[in-house]
Amino acid sequence: MKRFWFLIPLAAFLALAVVLAVGLKLDPREVPSPLIDKPAPKFALPRLDDAGRTIRLDDMRGKVWVLNVWASWCVACREEHPLLVEFAKKKVVPLYGLNYKDQREDATRWLARFGNPYDASLYDVEGRVGIDFGVYGVPETFVIDQNGVIRLKHIGPLTPDVLANKIEPLLKKLDA
Amino acid sequence: MIPELGHFLLWLALGVSAVLGTMPLVGAARNRTDWMALARPSAAILFALVALSFVCLALAFVGKDFSVLYVATNSNSSLPTHYRFAAVWGGHEGSMLLWTLMLAFWTVAVARFSAHLPDKVIARILAVMGWLSFGFLLFMLATSNPFDRLVPTPADGRDLNPLLQDPGMVIHPPMLYMGYVGLSVAFSFAVAALIGGNLDATWARWTRPWTTAAWIFLTLGIALGSGWAYYELGWGGWWFWDPVENASFMPWLVATALIHSLAVTEKRNSFKSWTVLLAILAFSLSLLGTFLVRSGVLSSVHAFATDPRRGLFILAFLVVVIGASLTLYAWRAPSVGLGARFALLSRETLLLSNNVLLLVACGAVLLGTLYPLALDALGMGKISVGPPYFDTVFVPLLTPLVFLMGIGPLARWKETELPDLASRLKWAAGAAVVATVATMWLRGGIGVVGAVGLLMAFWIIGSIATDFVERLRPVGGLRTGLWHRARLIPRSIAGMQIAHLGVAVFILGVTLVKTGEVERDVRMQVGDTTTIGDLVFTFGGVRDVQGPNYRAARGTVTVTDKGRPVVTLHPEKRHYPATQSTMTEADIDVGLTRDLYVSLGEAVDGGAWIVRVYVKPFVDWIWGGCLVMALGGLLAASDRRYRAKVRRTAEASTSVASAA
Amino acid sequence: MPDSLCKAIVALLLALSAALAGAKEALPEAADPALEARMTRITAELRCLVCQNQTIADSNAGLAVDLRRETRAMLRQGKSDAEIIAYMTARYGDFVLYRPPLKSTTALLWFGPAAMLLLGGAVLIFVLRRRTRLAADAFEPDEDEEAGEGRGEPARADSDAAAART
Repeated sequence: MKRFWFLIPLAAFLALAVVLAVGLKLDPREVPSPLIDKPAPKFALPRLDDAGRTIRLDDMRGKVWVLNVWASWCVACREEHPLLVEFAKKKVVPLYGLNYKDQREDATRWLARFGNPYDASLYDVEGRVGIDFGVYGVPETFVIDQNGVIRLKHIGPLTPDVLANKIEPLLKKLDA
Repeated sequence: MIPELGHFLLWLALGVSAVLGTMPLVGAARNRTDWMALARPSAAILFALVALSFVCLALAFVGKDFSVLYVATNSNSSLPTHYRFAAVWGGHEGSMLLWTLMLAFWTVAVARFSAHLPDKVIARILAVMGWLSFGFLLFMLATSNPFDRLVPTPADGRDLNPLLQDPGMVIHPPMLYMGYVGLSVAFSFAVAALIGGNLDATWARWTRPWTTAAWIFLTLGIALGSGWAYYELGWGGWWFWDPVENASFMPWLVATALIHSLAVTEKRNSFKSWTVLLAILAFSLSLLGTFLVRSGVLSSVHAFATDPRRGLFILAFLVVVIGASLTLYAWRAPSVGLGARFALLSRETLLLSNNVLLLVACGAVLLGTLYPLALDALGMGKISVGPPYFDTVFVPLLTPLVFLMGIGPLARWKETELPDLASRLKWAAGAAVVATVATMWLRGGIGVVGAVGLLMAFWIIGSIATDFVERLRPVGGLRTGLWHRARLIPRSIAGMQIAHLGVAVFILGVTLVKTGEVERDVRMQVGDTTTIGDLVFTFGGVRDVQGPNYRAARGTVTVTDKGRPVVTLHPEKRHYPATQSTMTEADIDVGLTRDLYVSLGEAVDGGAWIVRVYVKPFVDWIWGGCLVMALGGLLAASDRRYRAKVRRTAEASTSVASAA
Repeated sequence: MPDSLCKAIVALLLALSAALAGAKEALPEAADPALEARMTRITAELRCLVCQNQTIADSNAGLAVDLRRETRAMLRQGKSDAEIIAYMTARYGDFVLYRPPLKSTTALLWFGPAAMLLLGGAVLIFVLRRRTRLAADAFEPDEDEEAGEGRGEPARADSDAAAART
């Protein structure tokens, strides 16, 4: 009986070791979004290609769409861009870009150089809409449904795996 | 060639550590004197090998050998020589080599200063330390080889992070590691005692100076880190409860508890299994700290570049070392005796209470540090735990501890009477209240928390004064001189009180700076002034200067006090071309009663600059207090008790020799 | 030249040039120092998401600068501290708070230290009580009768001998 008390330190340590082992697989810097399954923030932004025209969140009601946050200064965006260009060709859903804290000329030139998969890009020069979406790193990608509710957020460059196994199945489900 | 030599030496060291870990241990079990005798020489050879390997890495750095990957990522041809040397421990691989060097150093030190220990005991202790070295060497060779080559050789290195190009880098990590690793000695003594079954007061007396030494280094190492952050980061902050800071603070808390627990075990033969557990716990927290910093599970400015494979290895090492020692503890500790009796109110109980409070404090820090990780691991979301939590939770735990600090040293062993204590301490209590009120009146509004801080600090000082007055009082009818009576006070007592005084000084520093610091964030043209109290800060403009590996905008700020010039300060904004980074270098006028802290913000249009000016009262008492603590520890560790045995053994051996 | 004389000359020249240039008491960097102080206080408890453990108040990262700007704007609109915190958590979750909110998932965190203290105290009392109830032979002989540093007797001249006795 007395021996039981002396085993407590060992037991506590082993429990801690299990927690640490699980922790090794996690990324302490990845921030999950509190906006999943919540209404997307209302926005009204000028288009990148035409400052005179404005796109609003309400314009997108009734269809499922994908919002991709990008910038010409973002190195990781170049990684995912070819994938987006391919994805856009399939014309599954409308794909809009959120040009985050960028300069119009730089952004336009970047799209001309690397390809433009977007139906249109929104020009968020101050980053306020980005903040409303909880953007903290570029690139990020959102899936928003017909009612304007955010259904998915992917942080970091898109990969074929994420597109095929997370985003496309979700799009099918929402469209059904 | 030299890097390959360094690499080879590590493999040799691995082999030697395996021998050191095995043969003396088996020799102690089987009574083979020749195998046990391998322990000391093996320790010496291990140290020599690791030291030479370290020298090889240092030569690669100082010699700008960018064909070595680790050198290329942490150094640069324009890096000044002393920083090229400090860059040896600027990254993960090199700091592991430093850690291993320290471990080998402590091992050989124990081998050298253990003439008074029986052969079996020293054999077991050195064997345990040998296994620890084996683990770290294996880790380095398998996952973190500092001697890996980079092909093709780059023209120049990536440079040491400019934040680390500072005298603090030269001294803080070595001091800190000496402390971290030094706790392995207490650990090894504990494990050896559990193996051999000889846990008694003598064991405690052997362990105590080693533990105190490690504690001193850890105290200084943490204080240096805090002081470095203060002047380096440009914001005047000195503690952020960052996971890596906590990783060093937790072993310190347990080591402090261990020092106090060892006192009881040595004096009264009590708390034996508890002390052993603390010794295991202290070093376990050191190892845990290593894991947290290098595995990537926590986000921190201090964290090294990470790799899950390394994290897994360290975790496995942790499980083996800590798991084995705690299993051994569970097996052997129940049969350890209870030691001597003591009453419900006695110095022993007060020390036990000290231990409970320190461990709860450590537990609180551990809880806060690991809670985000635990929640995430359980899939229950991601949170952050930062200074607001720790400050709220930690300070209330410290207050009862500090209160007891005033009582413990005056309490008697075995049994002490409450009325007796109360009457002896009433002067200290009264003086503390008076001093607190006086300080509050002189300094203006301080607030409740500040008042409590002052009260606690003055309480300790009052208690120390009471103790010394009692000890220096003439005894009986003997007319001995004051100086004579003072010299009679054992060093361990004087050391203890000085260390406690250090705590009081620390608390005063924290309380006075937190309640009294003033900040001004102003836009200054040349000639503009800003005023804090009687001090006038005048901006003298900014000019370009060239440093050894940076360009700087160097500002000039003159300070006058009631018109009399005090100092001219030169804050800088440095640009390091090698890493394309900009550093803010504050300039500080260090004073006994206040620091004047000036740093440059951004340049704004019109030739003006944003200048940040702080007056921080008594802030250096924070690190001064830590220094006093360390000095107290040094005095206590040099008590003749720990040297008497060595002398007696020497005398005994000479008398045996002459008899032979 | 002696150091103090140097300093005096520099100070004099500066004062002179200040007088000539029409120098003045420097204006605070912030247009509204009180607002700035409030902003700093709030953002000092918020985490910069793109940094390695820094507050939004301290960080120079782009997102931190933007969020400080947003906070100032909200304060000017008259929003309360709680509303600003809600703004941040609505977008970034609880991760952005350095002071974790009290919820069912964080109850253990906030009450843990107090619980540990109570537990520690209870264990201590339990162990001490049990010791006092044990018979004298459960303990080891008391070899050490107030030696050297022991209290109960003042420091004695032969404390060396007492110390060596241990």
